Amino acid sequence: MLHIINKSALTNGSLDTCLRTAESGEILLIEDAVYAATKGSALEAKVREAMGRLKINVLMPDLEARGLADRVIEGISPVDYGGFVDLVAGNKNCQSWL
Amino acid sequence: MSDVKKFMFVNRKAPHGTIYALESLEVVLITAAFDQDVSLVFLDDGVYQLKKGQQTKGIEVKNFSTTYRALDGYDIEKLYVEKESMDARGLTEDDLLVDVTVLTSKEMGALMGEQDVVLSF
Repeated sequence: MLHIINKSALTNGSLDTCLRTAESGEILLIEDAVYAATKGSALEAKVREAMGRLKINVLMPDLEARGLADRVIEGISPVDYGGFVDLVAGNKNCQSWL
Repeated sequence: MSDVKKFMFVNRKAPHGTIYALESLEVVLITAAFDQDVSLVFLDDGVYQLKKGQQTKGIEVKNFSTTYRALDGYDIEKLYVEKESMDARGLTEDDLLVDVTVLTSKEMGALMGEQDVVLSF
């Protein structure tokens, strides 16, 4: 399953709840959720821990827009819009967390 | 009309994902035209508004981050960032595209208390 998150995890609980409930599958961070993919934030340890059981992807155009493309946590997969489509097509189902 | 009031704009949202950051900037520029005492505060995800190196071409929206650098041309020179918010996001003053005054949460609260008008975005 693919989980798509679009809210900043420092001000919204979507990523937290997703990580709490999802046992396996993939996550795609887009829009304001991309901050969770950056090194040095208070969320880094939690995200690294989740990477053991979930594959985490981040939409690069959104990170570039926020000036943080050079700070992705190692092990998180960068994707472009084509990669976004491939993720949706390649997973059996997906949930856009709002 | 000689009454100058102290206006504070409190910015707490990340840029681009919502319209708040851009709208705040628009209102700040309007306020400047009325020769008021304007302070800008960046708290929580609002500190991301000032991140250097924003390249918005890929998401096809206006890169308004350059406008923060033009604010001193409108006599808006009081920019404050909360230290705790920067720390939680792994950011330092070197990551920001303008010169700011870094305040602790307590100092920020005191400054807020001195204002005549506080507008929240």
